[in-house]
Amino acid sequence: MSVIVKDPGLETTVQDTGRLGYYSIGFPPSGALDSFAYHVGNALVGNEPGAAALEAVYLGPTLEFTQDTVIAVTGAEIPAFIDGEEIPIWESVAVSSGSVLSFGQLRAGARPYVAVAGGIDVPLYYGSRSTYTLVGIGGFEGRALRAGDELAIGSEARDPRAGRRVDPGDVPEHPATAEVHLLVGLHSYRLTPESLERFTGTDWKVTPDANRVGYRFRGAELEFVPREQPFGAGSDPANVTDCGYPVGSVQVPGGVEPIVLLQDAVTGGGYATLGTVVSVDRAKLAQTKTGDKVRFVPVDLDGALAVRQERLAALDRIRSALA
Amino acid sequence: MTATEESEDTETRYDFGGDEFVYVELSAAMSLPVHFRSLAITRRLGEEAIAGVEEICPSNASYMVRVDPDRLHPRDLVRELQRIESEVGDLSDDLTVATRIVDVPIMLNDPWTHEVLMKFRDRHQDPTGTDLDYGARINGYDSTEAFIDALAASPYLVTMMGFVPGLPWCFQLVPRERQVEVPKYVRPRTETPERAFGFGGAFAVIYPVKGAGGYQLFGSAPAPIFDGEQRLPDFAENDSVVFFKHGDVINYRRVDRDEYDDVRAQVDAGTWRYSYRELEFSPSRFLADPDGTNASMKEVLYG
Repeated sequence: MSVIVKDPGLETTVQDTGRLGYYSIGFPPSGALDSFAYHVGNALVGNEPGAAALEAVYLGPTLEFTQDTVIAVTGAEIPAFIDGEEIPIWESVAVSSGSVLSFGQLRAGARPYVAVAGGIDVPLYYGSRSTYTLVGIGGFEGRALRAGDELAIGSEARDPRAGRRVDPGDVPEHPATAEVHLLVGLHSYRLTPESLERFTGTDWKVTPDANRVGYRFRGAELEFVPREQPFGAGSDPANVTDCGYPVGSVQVPGGVEPIVLLQDAVTGGGYATLGTVVSVDRAKLAQTKTGDKVRFVPVDLDGALAVRQERLAALDRIRSALA
Repeated sequence: MTATEESEDTETRYDFGGDEFVYVELSAAMSLPVHFRSLAITRRLGEEAIAGVEEICPSNASYMVRVDPDRLHPRDLVRELQRIESEVGDLSDDLTVATRIVDVPIMLNDPWTHEVLMKFRDRHQDPTGTDLDYGARINGYDSTEAFIDALAASPYLVTMMGFVPGLPWCFQLVPRERQVEVPKYVRPRTETPERAFGFGGAFAVIYPVKGAGGYQLFGSAPAPIFDGEQRLPDFAENDSVVFFKHGDVINYRRVDRDEYDDVRAQVDAGTWRYSYRELEFSPSRFLADPDGTNASMKEVLYG
């Protein structure tokens, strides 16, 4: 009734749809960064939509199953093996008690997901099984997995079945330059118009400082409009009076390294933000890695809502096809 | 290109933080009257329980609402917020807030934050001094000691919660001309000690856990403000992992190394409790007589 971690990979954590409702006291949502791959994984193994799964980054974990079950690997393009034999990804696969799941070298993307029929059964913490390592709560003992950990598998799989397969046309690609949609605003007026144009016109390179908290980029320098700072903000031109940060918002401390805040990010602070990545596009960012390029495509509110609807409708369609 | 929508009768800015957040800035500058107005608006919004409003995050001179755009169009939400803002109007004299005044021991100029801040001078406005020296100088104090005295002289109001779980943004309850103001680091540090007492803009904070941070580092609190396992009675009895609440009044009380170590020992033994008293805070009474109100609140706390 469990999964034994033989090798944890680089940073593998238990994640679900996230810890919602506590943003105002400083809990970020956490949850799967690539929500699309996560949801499709659960649909493949016949889980309820909120079941907890494993999120790995760069290196997949090696896992032994102590029971017959059904699993699915989604997300990054990575060779996956059961007992040394390659298995298809974006497809549900039956595994026997004693079988070992392992991974080869990442080919594209950054984060593979492993869904298990019944879900990973760790205690709920403030309503979620998601790991938030920054303060050490949720998931498995509030931390990334280690060798020897034994994770319980839940028993409430709705309809576990091997052989469900995502249409190849629905498998997301991992292009050389990822494009994410950005609703410009918040404190964008703090940047010069030329800098704002430079922001959306630059192919930004993902720095090594890219994780579940946020992604830092390099590629251009941005300038702030000189002003007399309002009381409370602090004298640096990048400072504003501390306020809430939307998940996905972009800030540029010092003008040189834009940061996109992700699911484990701080919920507020005092750096000027120039806009927010549309929520469904955080899944695309989650599949970029250090050295990859990202371009921010400006949209207005209607454009942002259209991007959202399109992605959610695609997910609904895929779920129905797999049901 | 921006989605900014101005309300008609004030300078309030309504904007969209992507598809799931609405950001409302009542003023670019911090002030207590603005904060109290935002408090009144977010309270009313909570009472109205509008379908699709998922979460309300009050902050210093602004607030943020997380919206489910599949249930409530963000533009419709903005219209509701504008209506509430005009209905609430200016600060009402009879607005009172049920709150607590809390005694919070703090060691300023402590060895732990000193060690960390010296590691990150290359990210600071003034690489040659310390954060306290810099804060004293740019705020016009003759000595670092006089600056430290001012930091602990009057209580603070918790005007925002967040950053990480349980962190209180604290705005000192003194007239504007006596308020301390410092910039955040030029580039944020990658390291801040647990329970560090920091200052950025016009706000004091305690960092609940170690991690990144951009505030000037002035001291350390011996008592935790986040307890993920609810080990201490203050957390267990309230069934919460965070101690502070939006609207709390905090009196930072300077302690020396001996008292710091004594509080740490009580925390380790699992017996530490904050000392606090409940009271009704009247914003209008405070604005009319800041020092008198502070003195009477301290009287409630310390007897």
